[in-house]
Amino acid sequence: MADAAIYQQAERLFLGKRIMAFGLPLLVLAYLGYIFFAFDLPGLAQRARWDHAQTLLSDTYSYKTHVTRDNRTGEVAAAIEGERKGQYPGNTVPGWVTREGDETRVDLGRGNVVEFLPGNGLRYDVPGFGPIEARVEGREIVTNLGADVPDWISVSGTRLAITTEAGRVSLTRSRTEVFRYFLGWELFFFTLDSPYHGHSLPEILFGAQIDPARSNLAGAWHDFWKNDMWHHADVAWALFETVLMAFLGTFGAAIVALPVAFLAARNFTPLGPLRFAMRRMFDFLRGVDGLIWTIVLSRAFGPGPLTGSLAILLTDTGSFGKMFSEALENVDRKQIEGVSSTGANAAQRYRFGVIPQIMPVLLSQVLYFLESNTRSATIIGAITGGGIGLLLTQAMITQKDWEEVTYYIILVVLMVMVMDSVSGWLRRRLIQGDA
Amino acid sequence: MALSPSPTSDPHGHYLALVQRKRLYGGLTLAIFVLMMVSGFMLADSRNAGGFWSGLPQIFDFPADVLADTATKLHLLPEHLVRYFPALLETINIAAASTLIGAALALILSLLATRGLALWPRAIPVFRRIMDIMRAVPEIVIALVLIFVLGGGPVPAMIAIAFHTTGALGKLFSEVNENADLKPVEGLTSVGASWLQRMWLGVVPQVSPNYFSYALLRFEINIRASAILGFVGAGGIGYELKNAMSWGKGRFDEAAAIFILLFLTIVVFDQLSSHVRGRLIHKGGH
Repeated sequence: MADAAIYQQAERLFLGKRIMAFGLPLLVLAYLGYIFFAFDLPGLAQRARWDHAQTLLSDTYSYKTHVTRDNRTGEVAAAIEGERKGQYPGNTVPGWVTREGDETRVDLGRGNVVEFLPGNGLRYDVPGFGPIEARVEGREIVTNLGADVPDWISVSGTRLAITTEAGRVSLTRSRTEVFRYFLGWELFFFTLDSPYHGHSLPEILFGAQIDPARSNLAGAWHDFWKNDMWHHADVAWALFETVLMAFLGTFGAAIVALPVAFLAARNFTPLGPLRFAMRRMFDFLRGVDGLIWTIVLSRAFGPGPLTGSLAILLTDTGSFGKMFSEALENVDRKQIEGVSSTGANAAQRYRFGVIPQIMPVLLSQVLYFLESNTRSATIIGAITGGGIGLLLTQAMITQKDWEEVTYYIILVVLMVMVMDSVSGWLRRRLIQGDA
Repeated sequence: MALSPSPTSDPHGHYLALVQRKRLYGGLTLAIFVLMMVSGFMLADSRNAGGFWSGLPQIFDFPADVLADTATKLHLLPEHLVRYFPALLETINIAAASTLIGAALALILSLLATRGLALWPRAIPVFRRIMDIMRAVPEIVIALVLIFVLGGGPVPAMIAIAFHTTGALGKLFSEVNENADLKPVEGLTSVGASWLQRMWLGVVPQVSPNYFSYALLRFEINIRASAILGFVGAGGIGYELKNAMSWGKGRFDEAAAIFILLFLTIVVFDQLSSHVRGRLIHKGGH
């Protein structure tokens, strides 16, 4: 019976679909379960450093100013992020620190006041808890705290540390230190030694001349661009270098790959062995991959943007060669015949018969790669030492300038998005604009 | 007037003027492009630690060292290959897991960002923006931050690659979704199917061959990415390569083994994925 056979076939088809519908997700789940244990995800929770995550997060949107007293000399200094570049010049201190004789009063805001008392003493009036007093006596730290302290205070014979919402206070034999936290990125525009620090934009643009030696605009731009803490000029240059690597690598690869692709296309190179050799060369260039090319090239050329450019160039020559030769195999013969029927020579046949056909495909591929290579150039820069990738890894290694890391990350993402828009715009202009 | 005669009085002259102008623009664009390439290379050369022309003769020094070290210790090579195989497996696992996770998230995001299919049509631009941002974040950025928090190992790399994959595949998937036939969805709506049922039974079966083809291509890209992330501290074969490189001259035989493993893996998956994708396209009758 033909009907029975059809029913049977349908049954089998349904069964197959059902097995696929349940089996495939099950297989994926099983694999992810294997990954869960192979990557030791249960152990990860213990290894993870949540305190790192916390400093990282708080650093991205806030900064701290250190007020430090050297307990041996009695000198008090204030510095942003505790860095020399952020030190308040001379003996000056920020407005929320007042000094009278040997006493220093640090106002942490919200009723929190810390006082450095003479004789290496410290008094911190914590709202809702009461005053904490501590003092260095001989080699020991003596406090008015009992044996039972809350967990935001840690006290031992050599060190007292208090962490509250308003800030952090620590006392050791050698120094008394207070951190006050502020929102934002410190000294992003001007460092403390610049005369423009603390002035608003309208003041600089329209106000009275601040620095007698320079006009406001030129001086402000110079101090901003050469900012010692953020190095805006260097960062801009690094971004440019990254884009340069992507640009040179991508277009260089396209220029190299185009003529070679003709040798790998069946309809342009009848010679089998040559075609085979070319295709294997493309496979080899792609298979070695950017990572290995970067390592090999940086041994010869040293670190820098040229090494990154050449690594991208070599890898992408393989990719482009393959794509271009496939595009060439799909060209329409008729157009070439038409051109040759007018008596065109070989060069003219290629120029007017072949190139116009493959140009849109070719350009759109190249422009797609330009955007993705901007991302690759960031990674390659981190390995070979060039561009924004290098700055990013350097800032990460110090493990304290997380606001700079955030700044770089935002810039990298913006850079990639801009390159994406530019390549999309060019694609539309060059491909549809021609038609 | 001489450059552009009126089209009605002198069509031939007008045509020639147009051609001339087009050639001028084309020539100018080409000249600017060549200038940018040449000056770019010169700039990159001047900023590089070693120059291009002084480095060119040395380009084969390192491969020659690697080959020489390997040749003298050829008997150790199989042992090295076996020793680094687990690391290679980890790299492939990172790529596979991140492709799976990324593809699953991309599936959801892309359905939410496609006109006609979205659960909340007003939120389409939001989901599109999310995908754009996810796509723009280079893997290394997330990997480095996560290595700082979670410590070295495969997980930071997996999350970083999955994040980027979600954005990249999401965009491609939503392009596929736009071409999906809405009739099955309408049919399912008429029988009272929920959004999830409409998507899973009405859309996914239509688009899954295309999804699969894109995901396969991504998998191949992700293998390269996970190898390269290993080099900056996330586990796998890249990490082993970094260590093997630091042994220095005379002990590059281990690096050679890793090069071989990495090269073969990339070539195998490259060929495999292009073969499977080729079959899929021919079966689909496109």
